[in-house]
Amino acid sequence: MRRDIHSPLTVGLILGGALLLAVLDLGTAASSALHVPDFVVSLVGKYLCYAMLALAVDLVWGFAGILTLGHAAFFALGGYAMGMYLMREIGARGVYANPHLPDFMVFIGWKQLPWYWFGSNHFWFAMILVALVPGLLAFVFGFLAFRSRVTGVYLSIMTQALTYALMLAFFRNDMGFGGNNGMTDFKDIIGFPVNARTTEVGLMLLSAAILAAQFLLARWLVRSRFGQVLVAVRDAESRTRFLGYRPESYKLFVFVLSAVMAGIGGALYVPQVGIINPSEFAPGNSIEAVIWVALGGRGTLSGAILGAVLVNFAKSWLTTAFPGLWLYALGGLFIAVTLFLPRGIVGSLAAGLSRLPRPSAAPLSVAARAEPARRAAPEPAP
Amino acid sequence: MTEGNRGRAGGWRLACLLLLCLGFAVLRPAWAAAADPFAGLASPDFSRIVQAVEALAASGNPRAAAVIGALAANRLYTWRWPRPDNGLFIKDPDGGFVAARTGANIPTPPFPVIRPVIVNDMVRSAIEAARGMLDLLSPAVAARRKAAEALFEAADPASLKLIDVALARERNPGVRQLLLEAQAAAQLKSAATPIPERVAAVKVLARRGDLPARALLASLGSAPPPVAAAAAAAIHRIDRSLALWNILETVYYGISLGSVLLLAAAGLAITFGVMGVINMAHGEIVMVGAYTTLVVQHVVAATFPAFSNESLLFSIPAAFLVAGLLGIVIEQTLIRFLYGRPLETLLATWGLSLVLIQTVRSIFGPTNQDVSSPGWMSGAVHLGGLTLTLNRLWIIAFTVATLALLMAVLSHTRLGLSMRAVTQNRRMAAAMGIRTPLVDALTFGLGCGIAGIAGVALSQIDNVSPNLGQSYIIDSFLVVVFGGVGNLWGAVVAALILGIVNMVLEPVAGAVLGKIAVLVMLIVFIQRRPRGLFPVRGRAVEA
Repeated sequence: MRRDIHSPLTVGLILGGALLLAVLDLGTAASSALHVPDFVVSLVGKYLCYAMLALAVDLVWGFAGILTLGHAAFFALGGYAMGMYLMREIGARGVYANPHLPDFMVFIGWKQLPWYWFGSNHFWFAMILVALVPGLLAFVFGFLAFRSRVTGVYLSIMTQALTYALMLAFFRNDMGFGGNNGMTDFKDIIGFPVNARTTEVGLMLLSAAILAAQFLLARWLVRSRFGQVLVAVRDAESRTRFLGYRPESYKLFVFVLSAVMAGIGGALYVPQVGIINPSEFAPGNSIEAVIWVALGGRGTLSGAILGAVLVNFAKSWLTTAFPGLWLYALGGLFIAVTLFLPRGIVGSLAAGLSRLPRPSAAPLSVAARAEPARRAAPEPAP
Repeated sequence: MTEGNRGRAGGWRLACLLLLCLGFAVLRPAWAAAADPFAGLASPDFSRIVQAVEALAASGNPRAAAVIGALAANRLYTWRWPRPDNGLFIKDPDGGFVAARTGANIPTPPFPVIRPVIVNDMVRSAIEAARGMLDLLSPAVAARRKAAEALFEAADPASLKLIDVALARERNPGVRQLLLEAQAAAQLKSAATPIPERVAAVKVLARRGDLPARALLASLGSAPPPVAAAAAAAIHRIDRSLALWNILETVYYGISLGSVLLLAAAGLAITFGVMGVINMAHGEIVMVGAYTTLVVQHVVAATFPAFSNESLLFSIPAAFLVAGLLGIVIEQTLIRFLYGRPLETLLATWGLSLVLIQTVRSIFGPTNQDVSSPGWMSGAVHLGGLTLTLNRLWIIAFTVATLALLMAVLSHTRLGLSMRAVTQNRRMAAAMGIRTPLVDALTFGLGCGIAGIAGVALSQIDNVSPNLGQSYIIDSFLVVVFGGVGNLWGAVVAALILGIVNMVLEPVAGAVLGKIAVLVMLIVFIQRRPRGLFPVRGRAVEA
């Protein structure tokens, strides 16, 4: 067994950072130099949710070679499932004071809840939906796509079409999910007021814990025998098939798992930002998630988390400081990373470290060893 | 015959003439009163005025319209105390007076001597009817046509007499037909019309065969059995023909939408289909083409205002050059380093698209820009029951021309030959002396140039804003993937199918739901046939 400092480091950074932030927010006086304002806490909570999305993308793109351009759809679906619960929690405190219907349904003149809102007033049921809805969609889509061996760019374009179709659908008022405006004005979550400081800190800590757990799960998975086969599928799908494996089953499993992970991220995201609307389905969001992974290092898991946090921090900072520059920066990032940093930050660091003359010259991670992204998924020449 | 005879005969004639003159002199007042169509207007009796208005309208007198108009506006004056000449004067808005009968200027009569002609509701309705009549008798065909249409829509039995008068004078076959239809409509509304005439009227309406005619026939449910039966049969016939026109209209809209999709996708069919480069900035190249149109329009308006109606013609080569050069620059600085790595190309070009959007936004602002349409592109053509808008027709024609040119370049030029050679076997082509890097750059430039041309066309039907490209990129990729990569004809068929299916679904499911249904159908289709409608056959293992 190789010595693994990668996982403890990542988990330690996530949990330690989150705890430190919580202490600096709750445990210091507002006048203290060490005090962290509340908005930073919810901002970090948001980054952690994005990191879950990035982790999910890295799992399918980095290890199964599926470049998904629609993963934000699963994120948003999880968010909508949580949003439904939060809307029901408002109860009679809405603008129209209707104890049974959310405001937007009263507004469009509906008299009763549609069937698919059944049970959404129970927290546990909403949590099942958070995992079930993205998982089911990923299963149906993946089952059809992988079985007919749709790969590479075709698959990417179809995932993009999927999230685009969902965006159009959720924009419709008749869908019963609030249409254009989505869902907002949440009051509380299992009894805790959403906007309270302690709830925000709690949600941020919970996000950190779940992100760490997801990271460990993904790490365990890719280092298992299953993960080895997955990497084999990524690098030479036909050869793996000829060796007797069924690539489509492996891909389907990891695709569904990754969709559920993204859905959980979305569910934690909604109470922290206080709104969910159809623009979360916009194809651009999914592609942005891919660039987080590419920047951090495709196939490194911890790189995905790093990339998500870095890019989103830069976004928060640039969009307020230099609003005109953000798209240049993001666009330039896409180009620069693909041209000059194909292994991403973590991938390059790991490769650099492994070249150092050390007694145990073993690579730091499977990812670093299985890095050859350049050879990944040879595209069929048209 | 003698001299005396001749003299006697001459005297006789003279006597006859004198007698005649005398007769005229005696008869003159009565005859003149009957012939003067304006006379009754001066009467203090409202029913006389009504008669006079009707008579005047039917007389065809060139001054009728002006006089009746003045009467309606209370600007018609007459002597306060009746005089034998029944004088009528029209007061101009500027205060001067003209003689009603001739329109000649006259000195202003002293006010106490004249009074305005008073009208009541009875006269007003007569005036309204008379105006319809005047339009029907107007020398302008368009005015007569409009009046006849109005009569058809009113379907008022009271206007039957009027229609008879108009029919007797009408020579224009189109207006005549409209009048006959108006007559039929009025006859059907009147209980006094005998049944055979009503059945004949139903037939006239059935031949007309549009929605108003159908509505009129549908209101005949309680008519006597023969009429009702004829009406039911006519409605059936009208429904069948309307359904046919509806199908044709849907197909036309579908072809129109399909040609827009095809235009947007044609460039992509080259860069993605032939070269295998995933250019996510394709939509933004289209946008650059649209903005080039805008710039050319401003430049032409500023330098050669005389040609501003034709600025679109200058835009086409300009957009091709700008977008094509941009494409070559992109290929040289970005894409050439990423050949063989399609997923990385996808990400890098997406980044490029963001940069292009922000650049255009910084230069032109985020709002929609106004690209004007030239006069020859507005308007519509009527073809049977179809209304074809000209700008859509032009775009269809433009798409056909662009595609024909593209195919000609691919199959009949040296560049096309090299392009096909490099796609089929790059190393062999290089061995034969083809400079493959140059061909790559030119091919990409060609694809982007076509995208720029698409931008010119889209600027005519869509909002020109920095987000123009994003709304087409997914559709364009779907067209190419659906049709089969590497196959221009596949893209043509795919675009037409997508356009028509979209338009068929739209009335059934609504625009958004129809679009979603198309997307889902495409996703399912690609999973059934991953290589599109017309796959290019090859021997590659990784398929």
